[in-house]
Parts: sequence; C-alpha cells; structure tokens
Amino acid sequence: MIQIKNGEVYDPINGIDGRELDIWLDEGKIVAAGEAPAGVTSAEIIDARGAVVMPGGVDIHAHIAGSKVNYGRKLRPEDHRRDVVPRTEVTRAGVGYTVPSTFVTGYRYAGMGYTTVMEAAVPPLGARHSHEELNDTPIIDKACFILMGNNHFVLKFIEQGQQDKVTAFVSWLLGATRGYAVKIVNPGGKDCWQWGKNVGGLDRKIRDFEVTPRQILESLVRANKELGLPHSIHVHCNNLGVPGNYETTLKTMEALEDFPLHITHAQFNSYGGPGWTNFYSEAPKIAEYVNAHSQVTADVGQVVFGDVTTMTADGPWQYRLHKLTGKKWVDSDVELEAGAGIVPYTFRKHNPVNAIQWAIGLELLLLIEDPWRIFLTTDHPNAGPFIFYPHIIKLLMDRDFREQIFSGCPKKAHKRTTLDGLRREYSLYEIAIITRAGTARALGLKNKGHLGGRRCGYRHLR
Amino acid sequence: MEVKDVICPFCGCLCDDLKLTVEEERIIKTGKACSIGNSLFLNHNTDLASPGVNGSPVSLEKAIDQAVTILTGAQHPLIYGLSSASCEAQRKAIELAEILGGSIDSTSSVCHGPTVLGYQAVGEVTCTLGEIKNLSDLVIYWGCNPAESHQRHQARYSASARGLFTAQGRKDRTVVVVDVRRTRTARTADIFLQVRPNGDLECLQALRAIVKEEKLEVEEIAGVPVKALASLAERMKKAKFGALLFGMGLTMTSGRHLNVGAALSLVSELNDFTKFIIMPMRGHFNVTGADAVLTWITGYPFAVNFSRGYPQYGPGEFSAVDLLARREVDAALVIASDPVAHFPRQAARFLEEIPTIVMDPKYSKTTEIARVTIPTAQVGIGAEGTAYRMDGVPLRLKKVLKPLYPSDEEVLGRIIEGARRKP
Repeated sequence: MIQIKNGEVYDPINGIDGRELDIWLDEGKIVAAGEAPAGVTSAEIIDARGAVVMPGGVDIHAHIAGSKVNYGRKLRPEDHRRDVVPRTEVTRAGVGYTVPSTFVTGYRYAGMGYTTVMEAAVPPLGARHSHEELNDTPIIDKACFILMGNNHFVLKFIEQGQQDKVTAFVSWLLGATRGYAVKIVNPGGKDCWQWGKNVGGLDRKIRDFEVTPRQILESLVRANKELGLPHSIHVHCNNLGVPGNYETTLKTMEALEDFPLHITHAQFNSYGGPGWTNFYSEAPKIAEYVNAHSQVTADVGQVVFGDVTTMTADGPWQYRLHKLTGKKWVDSDVELEAGAGIVPYTFRKHNPVNAIQWAIGLELLLLIEDPWRIFLTTDHPNAGPFIFYPHIIKLLMDRDFREQIFSGCPKKAHKRTTLDGLRREYSLYEIAIITRAGTARALGLKNKGHLGGRRCGYRHLR
Repeated sequence: MEVKDVICPFCGCLCDDLKLTVEEERIIKTGKACSIGNSLFLNHNTDLASPGVNGSPVSLEKAIDQAVTILTGAQHPLIYGLSSASCEAQRKAIELAEILGGSIDSTSSVCHGPTVLGYQAVGEVTCTLGEIKNLSDLVIYWGCNPAESHQRHQARYSASARGLFTAQGRKDRTVVVVDVRRTRTARTADIFLQVRPNGDLECLQALRAIVKEEKLEVEEIAGVPVKALASLAERMKKAKFGALLFGMGLTMTSGRHLNVGAALSLVSELNDFTKFIIMPMRGHFNVTGADAVLTWITGYPFAVNFSRGYPQYGPGEFSAVDLLARREVDAALVIASDPVAHFPRQAARFLEEIPTIVMDPKYSKTTEIARVTIPTAQVGIGAEGTAYRMDGVPLRLKKVLKPLYPSDEEVLGRIIEGARRKP
C-alpha cells in the first residue's frame, strides 16, 4: 500500500479542483482517495507537498508503433544521433527525438505523467506489427485505432447498400486486429492514391467504387453507433493540410451532425485561403461550429517549432509535402485497405505559414470553450514530438509566455490569425481535462482519467 | 497427418499456403512448395547439429554455460545472423547485445545493407505485395532472378499473379528484366536489357534523365542502346501501376548504395506521372523482421553497437565483416547463419581465431570452426514465431513437429539469465 500525501489534487471527473487529498495505491492501482481504505493501518508514504497530483494522462492520438512509425525510425538516423538514451539498471537503451525507439517512448510518456496512449493509425494487415512494438513499449497502456475508411470490403458493401454487412465487417475487423476504435483517414483517398490520384471532395465519386467520401463517413458512423463502440468514429478529414480546407472540415461535421464525432488534429484542417501565399486561419469558424454542437470532440495537433517527422495514412498529402519541400519521402500502400506516407519536416518560427499553423492550434484551444471537447495533442510526431506537451501547457496557462513567443513570429501571422486578441489562460483544472479527464471520457475509458477509488486505476485495456 | 496453411521459412516470399504430410514426427510430403521449400522441409532431419564444446559432445546445459562464460568474459562480443530466426529470438538477441555492450548485426549488411543506406538518403515508394498482384501492368526485375531465387514470387505476387485488376495474370502485364546475363527470369520476359557488369548506375541515371526529358548525346549506355532506355522510360511513364523489383545485382556491384539511391529516386520521380513502386527482393525469410525489430528497439536496422550503453549505428564500422576483418571483436555469437561459408576469407578466418558460438539446427561450415555449438529448433518447423515477409507483412509461423532442442528464443533467454548472474 502506498499513500500519496499532501499533494494538490486535480480530478475533474470527480469535481476535485486543487484540494489537498490523500491517494492510496495498492498493487499498481488506485484504491482510495480522501479517506484511507478500510482496515489499512500502515502504508509507504510519498510526500507530495508542493506538487500537483493528477490522474495519469491519456493521449487520444499519437503515432508510436507499427509499420509506418518504424519506416520513419529507419528513415532518420540523423534524428536519433542527437538524442541517445543509455541503458540503466532498470531501463533499456534506445534513442529519442521525433521518432523514439519503443522503450524510450514508454519511459518518456510515463515521465510526463501519461499512462495511456492511443496508436492512431493501424492498417489491419500490419496490426500484428503494431502489437509487437506495443509489447516492447513499457509502462503505459496502449490501444490501436484501425484504419477502415478505404477498406475494399467496406467500400464494396457501401456500394451494394448493405449497411448490415458494413457493421458486421467493422465488428469482425476490430476483433481480428484487437483494435479499439474505427479510424477514418481521408475517406476514399487511398482508393484513388493506389492509382496516383486523390479524391475531389466529399461528394465526388472515388475511383473504383460508386461511392463518395460522404457515404463512407455516413456508413461507418452508423456501424459505430450500431455496435455501441466506446469511442466515436475518429476522423482525419479529406483535404488535410490544404489551404481552404476548412470548408471540407465544416461539411464533414455537418454531414455527421446526428452522431458523436471526433475530428483529429483539427489544426491541419482549419486553413483558409486559396493558396500558400494568401494562407490564413479559419480556426474561429471551426471553433464556432464545435462550440454550437455538443456531439463533436476534437484534438488539436498543435505545431511545435522545430523538427518533426510527418507520417500519416494520407498518401496524397505526404506526396504533396514531399513536392513542396523536396525532402526524402516514403510512401507505402497496404493492399485493399490503407497506406502511409512519411516526410521529415521542420516548422520554422520565421516562416509565415508555419507561424500561422502554430497560431491556429492555439486559437482552437483557446476559442473552443468547453475543455471536455478539445484535447491536447501534437499528432506526434507530425506537428511536434509528444515530449513538448509541458511546453504547450505553459503556452495555454501563461499569456505573457505565449505573447512573448508570438511576438517573434512574422507580421503576417498576427494579421491572418486572431491569436493576438485571445486573453484566455487555462487553469490546472482545465489542463487536467484536456490531457486526461476529457480524453478518457471521449474514448469511453471508464477506468481512466480520474482518481475515483476502486473502480478506477491502471487496468490493462482489453 | 496433414497440416494446412503452413508458412515456408526459407525466402522473403513467406509462402503461406503449403501443405505438409507428417508421420511419426517426420515430414514425408509437401504440397505447393517450390523446389527449395520442398527440399527444406523434406530434409529437416538431416545433418542435425548436437551440443558441443571444443569439438566434444556435451549436454545442452553445458554448452549454454560455456556460451555465457565466453560472452561475459569478452571485451567486445559480436552477435551476428538473425535473419533466419523469429522476431521473438531477435528481440532477445538485441537485449543480450545491450547487456554485453557488444555489437549486433544481421545478414542485411552483406545483402541489402546498401538498400538501407539508399533508403535513408532518398526514402522509398513501396507497397505490400498484394498491390503488385492486384494492380500492376508493368513489372521490372532489375538485378534479380526470382525464377531461381524466389521461385513462387512471379506466380503469387508479381509477373503472372492474377488479382483484382489483373484477372488475366501474365497477359495483363509487360515484364522487363535488366541484368548482366540472360537469366531464367529474363528468358520469360517481354523485354530484356543486358547491361554491362557494374553499369547499372549509369543506366539508372540515364533513365532518370530521359524521364525528365533531358537529351542524351550518346548512342549507348553501359551496353544498352539509348533508344531501348528511352522506350523503357516511356513505358514506365505510361504504365497504370509500375513495379520495380531489385536484387543484389544492384546492392553488391559497383556503386552499391548509389545504385539503390538512383533506383529509389527514379521510382519517386515516376510518381509525378503515374503510380510506380519499388521493392527489394529480400532473401532470408525473416531478414525484413531483423531490420524491423532492430529498428524499433535501437532506432537502426543493422550494424549497431552498444559499447557506450546506448545504440550507435555504423555500417562499415559495426557491420560484421568489417569488425572481423579489422580484428576488433574478441568473441562471436552466430545465430541461424553460416558466415564462414559466405564471408570474405579474412573475416571468416578471424571467426576461427576467436571463440565463436553457433546456434543452429544444423551443421554448417561455421559449426565446423565453432568452439561452442548449440542446436536449436528451426522456427516454422519445430518452433512457433513471427516473421516479416519481404514487404513487411508479419506472419505467424507454425510449429509442425516436436523439436529435439529448444527454440532460439528460449536458448537466448537462458544465456541472458546467465549473463545477468555474472558480475
């Protein structure tokens, strides 16, 4: 039995906002908060005076394991060399930075107070690979989102109008791959990308099926509801990273208005302007929609200035980025179901586009009023490595710090975003929501994101 | 007894549709296997190794103890092989290298190591084998000869595979072979370009130039008429879905990683016109797994050293042949590989000078010189385990027979236990 004493506890699910409370742990699980559990007379004491106590963090979207992540690791020896991690008596050796080795991923998440991470893009054919890497990712609990928005069986059943078969197939696929949630990336895009093309928008037919991206979304959202899955569908919208794409994002949310929906890395989908030269933020419009529709949740995909390794199941977008930057490019299609692209990238503070992207993420976090529906992510390692979460928390809690960094950004970034006018500062209570309580609730993880005694704790995901 | 859906632990194709007939713990018949797979299964119980130390038979425990003594007493041990072991065994081997502070390398370094270097410079546009089967209308084999080395590749995955948009199989495709000689694969191709030995880099760069509509002021490049290259370039641009499959004709000839870099670049650039992919024809059945497991644990796919406590990457520095030829290691653990048969003489001879431990189901040139021989079960026959197909798709290999000896994974686990107990 361990007793954590004198800490300032933040546990939003139980409405605890900075109270001094004792927490008891037994065999790695929280067993009581406040009063000592019955019959306990002695415990090992951890004195947490001057420290904050929160439930373990729950990351709703990151890329930490599987074939795509490993392609990225293999691609970037230059990235590993400057961040080496020696072996200790109790920990394994490895490397860090944008695409850390599996052991280092576990250690660094745990070091940040995170206990749960969702691997956000697993192609069914590579699921065994993802699970093998997750087996080598220590301490944290993990689960996989399974890519379904371009699966040929899904597309075929939609074309034939057989919703019951879509639902049955989704159920079977989640079971067969040991997946947790339905992930949809650029619906219909891979079906076109296997021939080197992309989809035209929500209502344009894809290539090999008489089906539109809108129909794919509508069918999978129904399957998700019929199966009563714990998380909503997890959507990476069409036209990601393209100026003017906010319209597609709005249309996607409108199309699914009657259902719970999660829009992932919304920063990449809140862009205005016909092109990069007149690129601007449409974050306020996205935030306005989210504020008015309580069934929508989103995570931000906050940009961090510095090196990243972009990796998504959105093949056409990665090709576009490769052509834009001239950096090395990996593309890997997975037969009949998915694909992946990888391009190293550097977000620069002095680059107007990058500075606007950085500001868009913060606008979303500050303009979306309900912290239970906007979550902190960097879409690791796309917009930034996850190790920068504490830095982003400071940006949210400290307006002076935020303004100081923004003042070093180009004038265009000030003119084309509304960040200068945003005075909101997050409280620790709100931080606990956007990093743990809110994400656990959105994922339907009843035993996560709170310190509520016996029923909670760090049980393994099934 | 008949066992169905058996996966063949020989080459990177990992054919998963084999049938085996097993009687009294012996495989007596195979179905669907190629001649190599057939021979592998039918001869599974010939030339079996037994535990030995310094040429004398000992118990398995004794052999493992001796391995622990050698490895923990070494200043800089080398662990080499891995590509014919399961991913589970590879994980253990890496942990052991880490504990010992030694070097670890796979057969990649003498095979597709240059492919990795090309990849790290350029990237790669690739796919799983099913994409080639379902979509390709142009298949180019460059410096590889699947008709003899990956015998069922063409029928299952490439030239003559029937798939979604390739119902007619071979008739739906144009097949091109580029090689230094008319191989068995070349004899069945629609187009064969014979390139002068070590002329691949020139040819690949010329193709890149032609694709970009540069004018070449010569008639011939490395023995190939420019007209033939121009017509190939045109064919590549016009293909609906093209696939370039390459082998050691690119990686182990002059230019090495530069050849691969040029091929990877050519394919990337073709994606400005159409869909085109490239894939190395990986040899050992789980060499792709060795690359993958080393990468997720250490960050690097081969030639890794732990002497500073953290992984360092050094092809040419920590690759097995180089370490041995420079006499920089003082003990070796060879897992499921036969370096004495395949390494340059200088490197192979040094293995004889230092205490070498071999883990292998069978006798080999390397067990002949080894101080310690530890027999293990062959994964896919006597042990279960995961292996990665050449396109990175993980498959679970079956245990079809009761083995005489424990698996590589188990033996490595016992060596690790022993090494932890030593001060």
